[in-house]
Amino acid sequence: MRKMFVAAMCRVLPRNALKKKPASRMLGATGNFSNQATFDIKKCELHRLEKGPPVKAVLTREEGLQYYRTMQVIRRMELKADQLYKQKFIRGFCHLCDGQEACCVGLEAGIQPTDHVITSYRAHGLCYTRGLSVRSILTELTGRRGGCAKGKGGSMHMYGKYFYGGNGIVGSQGPMGAGIALACKYKGNKEISLTLYGDGAANQGQIAEAFNMASLWKLPCVFICENNLYGMGTATTRAAASTEYYKRGHVIPGLRVDGMDVLCVREATKFAADHCRSGKGPIVMELQTYRYHGHSMSDPGVSYRSREEIQSVRNKRDPIMQLSDRIVTGQLASVEELKEIDGDVRKEIEDAAQFAITDLEPPLEEIAHHLYKDNPPFEVRGANQWIKYKSIS
Amino acid sequence: MGFAGIAVGAAMAGLRPICEFMTFNFSMQAIDQVINSAAKTYYMSGGLQNVPIVFRGPNGASAGVAAQHSQCFAAWYGHCPGLKVVSPWNAEDAKGLIKSAIRDNNPVVMLENELMYGVAFEFPQEAQSKDFLIPIGKAKIERQGTHITVVAHSRPVGHCVEAAAVLAKEGIECEVINMRTIRPMDIETIEASVMKTNHLVTVEGGWPQFGVGAEICARIMEGPAFNFLDAPAVRVTGTDVPMPYAKILEDNCVPQVKDIIFAIKKTLNI
Repeated sequence: MRKMFVAAMCRVLPRNALKKKPASRMLGATGNFSNQATFDIKKCELHRLEKGPPVKAVLTREEGLQYYRTMQVIRRMELKADQLYKQKFIRGFCHLCDGQEACCVGLEAGIQPTDHVITSYRAHGLCYTRGLSVRSILTELTGRRGGCAKGKGGSMHMYGKYFYGGNGIVGSQGPMGAGIALACKYKGNKEISLTLYGDGAANQGQIAEAFNMASLWKLPCVFICENNLYGMGTATTRAAASTEYYKRGHVIPGLRVDGMDVLCVREATKFAADHCRSGKGPIVMELQTYRYHGHSMSDPGVSYRSREEIQSVRNKRDPIMQLSDRIVTGQLASVEELKEIDGDVRKEIEDAAQFAITDLEPPLEEIAHHLYKDNPPFEVRGANQWIKYKSIS
Repeated sequence: MGFAGIAVGAAMAGLRPICEFMTFNFSMQAIDQVINSAAKTYYMSGGLQNVPIVFRGPNGASAGVAAQHSQCFAAWYGHCPGLKVVSPWNAEDAKGLIKSAIRDNNPVVMLENELMYGVAFEFPQEAQSKDFLIPIGKAKIERQGTHITVVAHSRPVGHCVEAAAVLAKEGIECEVINMRTIRPMDIETIEASVMKTNHLVTVEGGWPQFGVGAEICARIMEGPAFNFLDAPAVRVTGTDVPMPYAKILEDNCVPQVKDIIFAIKKTLNI
C-alpha cells in the first residue's frame, strides 16, 4: 500500500529525488529552458459562487513534464487495452477514458494523496493516478493473478489506498462518495472526497439524494460530473432536461470547467478542495470533456456521433496536445525531450502488457478466498455438492 | 439508496456504521447498495477493501400493514455470498447478535421482527455483560427432543416452542432449533439433530418458493442426515400470496401454532 502511495505522489507532484536525470539534461534545464511559465486558462462558469478559480495558472517545468508523462501513460495504456481487447486477452466490459486524461491528471494535481477518490467504471486513468501501476492495471484487465484485485475484479473493480474503485452500477458511487466525505468529517481529518459520475448518472435519483444529504450535513464532498456529452449512446440533449450539470446540485455551488485543459482542471480542483476543506459543504464541478472511444469496447462510438466530430476534438482540443504545445511555447522543455518521454512511456506500457498476457491465471484453489475479512476458514460449495472450495480471509 | 450508499461509503472509509431500514421492505430500493456495493466488494477487490457495516431493521409480517410492508427478506439476503445474515428470536439473541454484527468486519444484515420488540424474555446473567456475544453462524437448540426436529428463525421459533409444549402433553418430544443465523447457515446442528430424531419440519414466515426451508431441505438431502429420515422433510411457511389486510386473511397468511402441530403430526404419521 505504501508503494502505491509513493507512486501516487510521484504521478503528479514533482519529486526530484525520485527521478534521476542524466547530467546533460540538468544542464539543458537550466541553460535553455525556463523553470516555469504562466498560462491563461478559461474562466469557469459559476453557480452560486461569488468568485471562481484563477484565470491564470503557473506551470513549472517539472509539473509540465510530470503531467505530460502521466497523460501519455494513460493514453497509451488505454490504447493498449483496446488492442488487448481486440486480441481477446481482455473480456467482458472495458470502458476506456482516452481523451479524458486531463480530468484524472488535473484532479490528482489539485488534491492530496490522502484525499479520497471514487468513480464509475471508466476508471483506469484514475487507477493509475491514484497509485496503481500500469502492470497491475493491465494484468487485472487480462484476469491474471498479478492484477491489482488478483484477477477477481476486472476492469470495473480496481481498488487502492484512498481509491474506492471502479464501480459497475451507474451512479452507485454518488452516495458512497458522500459517505466517504461523512467519514472524513466525522474523523475531523480535513480530508475530502472526490465523487465522480458521468452525464448519464447525473440524472439518477441517488445522485440527487447524495446532493441533498451532503448539503444538509455540509459534507466535504466534491461532486464531479465528467460530461463527455454522451451517456452510452444518448446525447446529453436527449437525456437531460437541464444540461447545465454544474447547476444540478441546486443549492450546492457549482463550477463548469474545461475538462480538456489539465491546468484548468487543476485550478478548479484546488478551488473546490479549499471550499470543502474550509467546512462550507459540498460543491459540484462539471468537467466538459470528450472520450474518443465508444462507451465501451462493444460500442464503435460512431453510430450516435460523427467521425468528423471525434476528429475535430482530436485536432483542436486534445488534452495532451494542449499541454505539449504549452510546454514547448512556454519554453519549459523541448520537443525532443517530450519525444524521449513518449519512447519511455511506450516501453513501460509494452513491458506491462507483456507481463499482463504472460502472467498466470489465478489459482482455482483460491476461487473462494476473500469472501469475508478476519474470518476463520470455511468451506464453500462449488457447482455441485461434491465440489468444495476452501475460503480464507 | 441514498443513505444506504452513504453508510457503505462511510464503512469503506473507516467508520463502522449501522444503517437502519424502517423495515426491510424499504431496503428493496436500496438493495443494490447492500449487495453490489457492500456484500461483493471484499471479494471483487481481491481482499483489499472490506465493508464493516450492519444493516438492521424489522423484517417480515407485522400486524395489519398489508402487502408492501410485510415481506420477509431472509431468502433474498441469504442468497448472496459475501453477506452475513442473522435473525434473532428473543432478547438474548437480539443483544448477542447485534454486538457480533457490529464487531464483525463484514457486511451483516440483521433481520429483526417488529412484533417481537414488545415481548419480554428472561434474560440470563451472562447476557447482561457488555461483551456478551452470540457467534454468527451457530444455531441454538432451544428445547431438546427425541421424536422430531423442528427448525425455525425469528418469531416462528416462539410458535414452535409453544407447539412443542402442546405436543409434549401427548408424549411427543420435539427438538426445537433456533437458527439465529441464516447465512452462513449452521446445517451441522440441524443434521446432528435429524440424525437423532429421524424427522424434520422447517418453519418460517416467508413465502415457500425458494425459501429458507427449501434450502434446509436441499442441504439435508445432500448430507449424511438424508439416510436417517424416516419421512420426507416438511416445510411450514407463509401463505403464497401478497399479505392481505383483513385480519382473518392476515392471520391465515403466517404459520400459526396449529399449522406447525399439524405438520409435525403429519410427518410423524400420527
